[in-house]
Amino acid sequence: MIYNEAIECASRENLKNLQSERLVKVVKYIYDNSPVYKQKFNKLGIVPTDIKSIDDITKLPFTPKEDLRDSYPFGLFSTDIKNVAEIHVSSGTTGNPTVVGYTKRDLNLWANVAARSIACAGGKKGDIIQVSYGYGLFTGGLGIHYGALRLGATIIPAATGQTKRQIKLMQDFKPRIIACTPSYILYLAEEMKALGVDPRTSSWEVGIFGSEPWSIAMRDTIDKTLNMRATDIYGLSEICGPGVAQDCEYREGLHIWSDLFYPEIIDPVTNQPVPEGQPGELVITTLTKQAIPLIRYRTRDIVSITYETCKCGRTVPRLSKIKGRTDDMIVVRGINVFPTQIEHALLQVDGALPNYQLIVDREANSLDKLEVLVEVDEKFFTDELQALENIKATIKRAIDSTIGLGVSVRLVEPKTLARSEGKSKRVIDKRNLH
Amino acid sequence: MKTISQVSIFIENTKGRLANVCGLLGDNNINIKALTIAETPEFGILRVVLNDTEKAKKILKENGFIAKIAPVVAVEVSDTPGGLAKALKVLADNDINLEYMYGFVEKASEKALMVLKFDNIEKAIEILQQNNIPIVDDKVALGL
Repeated sequence: MIYNEAIECASRENLKNLQSERLVKVVKYIYDNSPVYKQKFNKLGIVPTDIKSIDDITKLPFTPKEDLRDSYPFGLFSTDIKNVAEIHVSSGTTGNPTVVGYTKRDLNLWANVAARSIACAGGKKGDIIQVSYGYGLFTGGLGIHYGALRLGATIIPAATGQTKRQIKLMQDFKPRIIACTPSYILYLAEEMKALGVDPRTSSWEVGIFGSEPWSIAMRDTIDKTLNMRATDIYGLSEICGPGVAQDCEYREGLHIWSDLFYPEIIDPVTNQPVPEGQPGELVITTLTKQAIPLIRYRTRDIVSITYETCKCGRTVPRLSKIKGRTDDMIVVRGINVFPTQIEHALLQVDGALPNYQLIVDREANSLDKLEVLVEVDEKFFTDELQALENIKATIKRAIDSTIGLGVSVRLVEPKTLARSEGKSKRVIDKRNLH
Repeated sequence: MKTISQVSIFIENTKGRLANVCGLLGDNNINIKALTIAETPEFGILRVVLNDTEKAKKILKENGFIAKIAPVVAVEVSDTPGGLAKALKVLADNDINLEYMYGFVEKASEKALMVLKFDNIEKAIEILQQNNIPIVDDKVALGL
């Protein structure tokens, strides 16, 4: 089902006109309301009247993630906090988290794009949807919730965890759709098997899976294991949360709602656009947001884009699955983890940073596991086993509370962790996600 | 000197790691006089008394091992049933906390030679001496 056919199937020309009109408007709005952006514009010698169409977008400055951190909490907002209806928080690279806000109009926009996304996945009014994303500061749960409400679906706000209860909810209420992370659906399948329930008999026909990268091989596994259609949803809280782009039934790329979130794919080193179909960093401009509109936001996600009309009839461009990152962020159980956060936690423990490495792996039950290897340092080595175990436990506590995820910590001998050109290889990801 | 030096070495619980450390010491003509290992499933702490502590520390460091030197007490106990118990009872009766202990590989005399680690080493030595439990110095313990 196409939720908004006029937009999703608009002619290239109409879409471009709409984008141009909106860009002109949002640039003026930001310039008038955000001192941070005004300064960025001034630095480049740009005034809003320089921007006449969407083609002028390349004249505008980029917004790196650091801008959000540096202006914590509300410095990048283009509106007074009293006009903000809702706030969400995600992990920052270091120290301060990333804070985003939504005015009532932004929430309305979010509901619309999430409704479009659920419909694009194959949902429709009257469907029962089990929302097994985290509700709260994380955007996943509430974003899908607002979208389902807008679409007219029946929502089971199951949130995360309590796997047995999730299975019971499915058995008793027979939801047609489930939304969660792709690793969690496989975990649910494992738990069902353990309970003697054949995952293929589940009521779920459509899955809306996101907030962590996953491969097409994993999609095939989910399809087969649960006899369902697994679709990919893309979003990031800085742009609006889930509902930025979504697979349709053909799953040949995620439709990005480019009337609202204008995509560019650039070479992350030269900052120049890459040709259609080539991988590059996804850069998004929010064309209508009020609370925290962002100009050319560097998502650090590597994707490719195609502008060809899809078999489903939608004309909006399609993004590939995420092929990688320009930074060393990893996603573990839907939570963004930056090595710098681990450093921050280790510094709290010891006052001086020991060498460390992160190993991410997927366990047999499909849950992701993050192991932190820490080189034993002369500063904290003692001949007492208990004292070393205590240090290990302290490190674990500091990391767990910093990233909001349970890790396992392993102490290793000095100089055993790989270093390349003097700098360690901080992250080893064994999951084959891309 | 009433104390002798113990070297503690951090080793990961992986195949061949203990052999590596012992091989390194042997290659450098350093003799292990006493040895014990405290371990968890992931790592262990090898505690040794060596005939040349300073040289060992230097070589271990050069080879990337984390090592720490701590004073321990070498005590002679009678190599007969109840010999060790007698020494331990003296310590317990005087509220001396013994962190751990282990035996020497070879005997310096007809008596058994034990390595004892205390958190309050001065107090421990005082009590041992008061109760006539012989403390052996490094010359005797290490056969120097």
